[in-house]
Amino acid sequence: MCRWRRDVTAFALAGIGLTVLLPRIGGAAQGPPVGTAAAPAGEEIADLKRELEELRQEYGSRMAAIESRIMALEGAEAAAPQPAAEPSPPSATAPPPAAKFFNPDMAAIGNFVGAAGPSPGGGEPSLNMQEAELSFQAVVDPYARADFFVTLSPDEVALEEGFITFPTLPGGFLTKVGRMRDAFGKVNGQHPHTLPFADRPLVSKNLTGGEEGLADAGISVARLIPNPWLFLEATGQVYQGNSEVFKAPTRSDLAYVGHLRAYQDLGESTNIDLGGSIAYGHNGVTDDTTTRLLGVDATLRWKPLRRSIYTHFLARGEVTWSRWGEPGGALNAVGGYGYLEYQFARRWTAGLRYDNSERAEAPGLRDKGGSFVLTFMPSEFSLVRAQYRRTSFADDDSPTNELLFQFLFAIGAHGAHPF
Amino acid sequence: MRLLGIAALSVLAAAPPAGATVNVMASTEDLAALTREVGGDRAKVESIARGYQDPHFVEAKPSFILKMAKADLLVVVGRELEIGWLPPLIQQSRNAKIQVGADGYLDASLTAKILEIPTGQITRAMGDVHPLGNPHYWLDPDNGRRVAKAIMDKLARTAPADAAYFASRYADFDKRLGEAEKRWDALMAPYKGLKIVTYHRSWPNFADRFGLDVIGYVEPQPGIPPSPRHTIELIAEIKRQNVKILLVEPYFDLKTPQSIGRETGARVLVMPPSVGGVKEITDYITLFDHDLNLLVTAIKETGAK
Repeated sequence: MCRWRRDVTAFALAGIGLTVLLPRIGGAAQGPPVGTAAAPAGEEIADLKRELEELRQEYGSRMAAIESRIMALEGAEAAAPQPAAEPSPPSATAPPPAAKFFNPDMAAIGNFVGAAGPSPGGGEPSLNMQEAELSFQAVVDPYARADFFVTLSPDEVALEEGFITFPTLPGGFLTKVGRMRDAFGKVNGQHPHTLPFADRPLVSKNLTGGEEGLADAGISVARLIPNPWLFLEATGQVYQGNSEVFKAPTRSDLAYVGHLRAYQDLGESTNIDLGGSIAYGHNGVTDDTTTRLLGVDATLRWKPLRRSIYTHFLARGEVTWSRWGEPGGALNAVGGYGYLEYQFARRWTAGLRYDNSERAEAPGLRDKGGSFVLTFMPSEFSLVRAQYRRTSFADDDSPTNELLFQFLFAIGAHGAHPF
Repeated sequence: MRLLGIAALSVLAAAPPAGATVNVMASTEDLAALTREVGGDRAKVESIARGYQDPHFVEAKPSFILKMAKADLLVVVGRELEIGWLPPLIQQSRNAKIQVGADGYLDASLTAKILEIPTGQITRAMGDVHPLGNPHYWLDPDNGRRVAKAIMDKLARTAPADAAYFASRYADFDKRLGEAEKRWDALMAPYKGLKIVTYHRSWPNFADRFGLDVIGYVEPQPGIPPSPRHTIELIAEIKRQNVKILLVEPYFDLKTPQSIGRETGARVLVMPPSVGGVKEITDYITLFDHDLNLLVTAIKETGAK
């Protein structure tokens, strides 16, 4: 156990060292020579003023030209309602209004979840606007982009994620700095609106921090591992140690996450995606107690390209082992879920999930459950979902039957779909 | 010392020696085909989307990341066609050469003639509307020429030693395309103003170029699947205007088009809008040869006007 801790630490520290060093190197190679910047300042300012004036004039005359063209076109349209075959010149690119040029891509996603049926542990409220997620995403400068995801729920405003990404550091280190969801398994990294169900699996609730999950402030470094056979990506992350699972008592106690992802196409329609994850950090029970999580995940996807908008099949399983440190010794618990999904029409998807998980701090208690999920998507931007969930809680005699329903709706810039 | 080394390396990487091949990744097979015309054996070209696949909905598979990591040049359709899948691939490629705005990134739409650029307010109530204009512009051969020229310029900048080679390849393509255009124009000349219906708004440039009149779409709004009410209205319109041809892209379901066909007597033609849409379409020129022959045969058989 000590040995792997050293390995994870070394990997993470090496990653951080590189992140600190590499931008300097890149900056030195690409930035303007410092000497010229310190040249006679007065002259340069005069030059700049002249240039600015020239630009302003040029801009003004261009705007005037565009305005007159628009007026001419509007006139022409009014005169001849027939759509005049307007051959737009090759350079016309329909620029957006100038003020919007540098606005980030913004979107708001509403997530409404309702629940019916008796639930012993309270469970989801009957009707609940669970959260609204606001996203702001844009390129920062030639070296980086930034992504912010802010969640508003009825009681709180939270930064779900907010990080800068350096996609092109030398050495192929894809580096993120900020608050992120940990790269632990599949379901932990997903925002609620990208999950294929209205809730999170039992194993998330019991072992990896529930709805909030593992999310923390830190640094992430991911690199492709070149090999002739498959896609292999290793990710090392260092976090403050302030999440639902990890709580660092002092500044020097960090939390570490390592993730390895392997992916291979099995033909153009089918592919397989495997992952292994490890997370380690203090759990806050005492100053010395730590928690270690191990996870494996496997996904098989099938989507025929000729009918890609009409059908797909997905099978996914995740298993997580938790070793939760207590003053009297460590508690070992294991849990997982299996999920099958089939899209049977352009707008309809059905899913089946099996849940089974012990509880991290009470390993003797094993909760089991199953869900049937039906999702209807009127368009890419909204969905309606119904989920029948049956759960046998370890400390309850009879199983719980619940019906969840969800409305998800998105407005704003069309973000890319995670794969 | 180390800085100098890195600077020297980046200079070397920017200008590969003569005879080396340029690695090009194209987002669609059409752009790949145009790149092959110009790049010849000095460019190794691969594409992401297949010609028989809906280019709006491509999965950002990690296997594409590996290919993009090695690319010297990325050619994209643009106009937000790939917005749902290309940005994460570009980011995860970790390849500085092909990031948006870098020297190795070519938005092929910038020199093309773009139609259907919306004016005034647009909302998603109009369906999955493209705010920067219709991205299916490669279906006008003149746009193919413009894109090929833009690719030639980019290739020449990426591999300056081969600039003359790319220029001669482009000139040859331009000549062959010009001859083909004469053939196509002659073929289509008798059918100017022919009324057709298409499934998606994939064909405005094609229709504009070959004098077709698209009077309706099977989709009620772009990207929205057919609704019964719209289908009934469309059937009435097809009957009223006596439309005989209904074009369907190969990646759409044929159920609604075929029932429209049965109701109206219109011929349902599965017509690939892209190179690779069917096996016979192996390059940009055969795309038009194939599609126009299919169309003219159907026109003759149905007596469409």
